[in-house]
Amino acid sequence: MNAKYRRLFITIIIILTLGLATKLILMALEDNIVYFYTPNDLIEKFGDSKNIQNKIRIGGLVLESSIKKEGKKTIFMITDRKEEVKVVFKGPLPDLFREGQGIVAEGMFQNNNFIASEVLAKHDENYMPPEVADALKKNNVWKGDSD
Amino acid sequence: MFDWLANPNRFNRITEKIQPCILFITIITLISGLYFGLFDSPKDYQQGDAVRIMYVHVPSAWLASFLYFSLAISCVFYLVWKHPLADLVSSSIAPIGALFSVLTLVTGSLWGKPMWGTWWVWDARLTSMLVLFFFYLGYILLSNAFERKIDGSKTASVLAIVGLINLPIVKFSVDWWHTLHQPASIIKIGGPSIDDKMLLPLILMIFALSFFSLYMIILNVKTKLIEKKCEALLLKSNLEEISKTG
Repeated sequence: MNAKYRRLFITIIIILTLGLATKLILMALEDNIVYFYTPNDLIEKFGDSKNIQNKIRIGGLVLESSIKKEGKKTIFMITDRKEEVKVVFKGPLPDLFREGQGIVAEGMFQNNNFIASEVLAKHDENYMPPEVADALKKNNVWKGDSD
Repeated sequence: MFDWLANPNRFNRITEKIQPCILFITIITLISGLYFGLFDSPKDYQQGDAVRIMYVHVPSAWLASFLYFSLAISCVFYLVWKHPLADLVSSSIAPIGALFSVLTLVTGSLWGKPMWGTWWVWDARLTSMLVLFFFYLGYILLSNAFERKIDGSKTASVLAIVGLINLPIVKFSVDWWHTLHQPASIIKIGGPSIDDKMLLPLILMIFALSFFSLYMIILNVKTKLIEKKCEALLLKSNLEEISKTG
């Protein structure tokens, strides 16, 4: 093997080793990399919301007809279509906030209610003009605001 | 083939001919892309007019990633085949890639505020993009940090190759973890989930920025070749002077 191929071989080995090392690190840090949990993740991971003391983020869809206003407070449910979490939020909501919209709420649990300090909107990867969206909804081929 | 292209004179001759074409394509695609993107494309059903930021944001992000890939491959050529032109190409790509990663971060931030409700979050996609920018910066700084140019080039090339690991993380972060950033719309299983009328300006802009980058890289390489020539001439005349006086 001449010097050129030896260097190429070493380079490839280094890339593969580093790749494997990075993969292991990322797997170990998964809990820190995940930006939010879905309500179902929370049940699977913690069992009950009483076990969660820290600030966390919950992501999911705003459950249809669950939005209630009580003065400055907005109360709504986040769902992943399996589990639901009741969220209480005081503050300005993002423009995209509405029923069925994907959102991420940051906050803490207090007696099974999630007291959010911040609510962010999450839009999906579908881009289309409003007319197309309306037509899809009309013909019942709308896939919905998937998360 | 690489040896054949790596001859500086031949490189100059060939690029001399194709440079005007590249510039022409850049201008045409940029103008039409901006026209369709800003005026003649529909609003988004969710995001309204804010979706138009996409026509700068997405091409910039693609270019930032693609240019980094080219940079790292060129560094492999430099380290393995030790070709000096490969080093010139890598160092010509770096500032342009860095520019596009900044553009991606800035336009993304401007888009995030009205849509998500925040300028910045530390989710996997945004963070890995920031790391990509730091790899570009690291490459540029490291390649200029040594007294002997060749030491800098070698060290920086190693760093650039290490940074390759970050590219799949940038691309797949949205699929591997829950992120605030939405998943891919164009390259994904089941075809693009973006309306054709929006896809057109997006593709035009991707072409525009790609050809712009190619043009700038060729200009950079040429400048560096001329610099090298000047250095060589200066060295030669100094040596002659020394031999005369000595």
